[in-house]
Amino acid sequence: MTDTLLTRRGLIASGGLAAAGAAALPLLGGQALAAADPLTLLNVSYDPTRELYKDINAAYAAYWKGKTGQSITINQSHGGSGKQARSVIDGLQADVVTLALAADIDEISARAKLLPANWQSRLPNNSTPYTSTIVFLVRKGNPWKIRDWPDLVKPGVGVITANPKTSGGARWSYLAAWQYGLKNGGPAAAQAYVTKLFKNVPVLDTGARGSTTTFAQRRLGDVLLSWENEAYLTIDEFGPNFDIVYPSSSILAEPPVALVDKNVDRHKTRTLAEGYLNFLYSPVAQDIIGKHHFRPRNAQAAAKYASSFKQIPLVTIDDTFGGWKKAQATHFADGGVFDKIYKPS
Amino acid sequence: MTGQLTLSPIPTAGGAARPRLARWRERSILPGFGLSLGITLAYLGLIVILPLTALAIRPWELGLSGVWATLTEDRVAGALKLSFSLSAYAALLNAPLGVLVAWVLVRYEFPGRRLLDALVDLPFALPTAVAGIALTAIYAPNGPMGELAAKVGLKTAYSPLGIFIALVFIGLPFVVRALQPVMQDLDREVEEAAQTLGASAWQRSIHVILPTLAPALISGVTLAFARAVGEYGSVVFIAGNMPMKTEIAPLLIVIKLEQYDYAAAAAVGLAMVAISFGALILINTVQLFLARRGRR
Repeated sequence: MTDTLLTRRGLIASGGLAAAGAAALPLLGGQALAAADPLTLLNVSYDPTRELYKDINAAYAAYWKGKTGQSITINQSHGGSGKQARSVIDGLQADVVTLALAADIDEISARAKLLPANWQSRLPNNSTPYTSTIVFLVRKGNPWKIRDWPDLVKPGVGVITANPKTSGGARWSYLAAWQYGLKNGGPAAAQAYVTKLFKNVPVLDTGARGSTTTFAQRRLGDVLLSWENEAYLTIDEFGPNFDIVYPSSSILAEPPVALVDKNVDRHKTRTLAEGYLNFLYSPVAQDIIGKHHFRPRNAQAAAKYASSFKQIPLVTIDDTFGGWKKAQATHFADGGVFDKIYKPS
Repeated sequence: MTGQLTLSPIPTAGGAARPRLARWRERSILPGFGLSLGITLAYLGLIVILPLTALAIRPWELGLSGVWATLTEDRVAGALKLSFSLSAYAALLNAPLGVLVAWVLVRYEFPGRRLLDALVDLPFALPTAVAGIALTAIYAPNGPMGELAAKVGLKTAYSPLGIFIALVFIGLPFVVRALQPVMQDLDREVEEAAQTLGASAWQRSIHVILPTLAPALISGVTLAFARAVGEYGSVVFIAGNMPMKTEIAPLLIVIKLEQYDYAAAAAVGLAMVAISFGALILINTVQLFLARRGRR
């Protein structure tokens, strides 16, 4: 009997040890990953930039080789902006983040302290090397005659957009709709308008790419609220089955980029990563940006691709919504305005 | 005390605690008990208990009232209700159909039987996202089945019915694979004996075959149910994900995580574990009861 008891105690001890080992594992994992070589970068980005950064990475690798003779590798990770930010907070070793909205990078700074709170002032133009906006994508010939925001709340019109709680692009779309309501009757009218708009949404995908697929492939809905670049990309991919409609006004989407200080110091990649972010503002990269239907900051590149960027009045998040922190808390936090839309009445 | 003789029947899975306790004190005759139990405990601790403990600890950051407020919120309560009720319906539909499929595959010989048998595993093997996309393509309003359903006024994809279809799809193999071995071992002589005693085909299935299959059927249906409750990949594509209507609980957990609300996400997760666990205990009790009755 004593024998058994002893063995049992031993067992429990070894079980406990194993458990403790497991608890320590994530910490060790972080260290092991940190031993990356200084010529590799990881850019953690959002959904619709896959094609853009593929070209930019190739250009930067060529530029770096010409300057220093070193061959570099740039790895990409794409997904919903919020999910990507969470991965970085949880330990994904991003050297740079290029996300859909500043609020997500703010979260990385606030929660994981991987970069200083003033990160957005470190690069020109609020750390956004390009801008974009939200436009309408309709089916060829525009059978529902959708020209502007009021047309979206007509009975019977199916509006496709993603869930603003999970998708950065959908958050911009929501705010673009809101600014229209705000201009035409103030905050109460804005809320009524957006509520009515979401009553016409038959499916809420979790990401912008998902809603594009729903609209283009499943042929659901009559109008897609889309990133401008994604709208052009859809036409490139699926042929001329769609028309792009510019509403009378929209929002200036500013997808920011930032260096993740703690990670680059650990990887000894600061020079390379800083060079990468500055390169985004160079004429070469700005031209690639324009080619991919994002709006370049550089005047020359903007002029070159001006034909694909219709000039419409665009409000900014800072002027109209008091910055991302406030917009996030008011509209998208639990119990915020967006949740009220779906309260059963 | 140590050598107390018990006259209880052989303990079954989830059986009475007393004989097991007696056995523990008796020392096992088989060698290697200490080592193997040690590995078992360490492994289960690492794989099961540790993450579950983390899950159980996390929600209480919100306080009891916070957890309660999270779970009774309309959206959360709606999602939990949707997930558990649709999973139960799907598992229940798979019970008779699973018996039929297993019966056909075990009892009949026909060309293509092996192929059909392999097909049953497909919902297991397919990545859930692929299954979801395939189902959505078929059941969307412009897909072949969706179009057909629309003609009779049914909305399949992007409605609770769509979720139900996906859950039936992923649940079927659990029921079929649980039943097959038991069906293969069914003693035909028992059936024949019943027949010679004058039992009709109906009586034979109800009184002879079904009681033998019941434990396997229940465990298959339970597995299908448990899997369906947690199913995410195949459902999010076909569900439409509308709050209060077609938003499943696992998606709500993901949404809460994306909002950095880890504690609330864990609260929903813990509620799911608790409800599932309660359901499993209930089903085990029923199974035990049936097993006892069967032996009598």
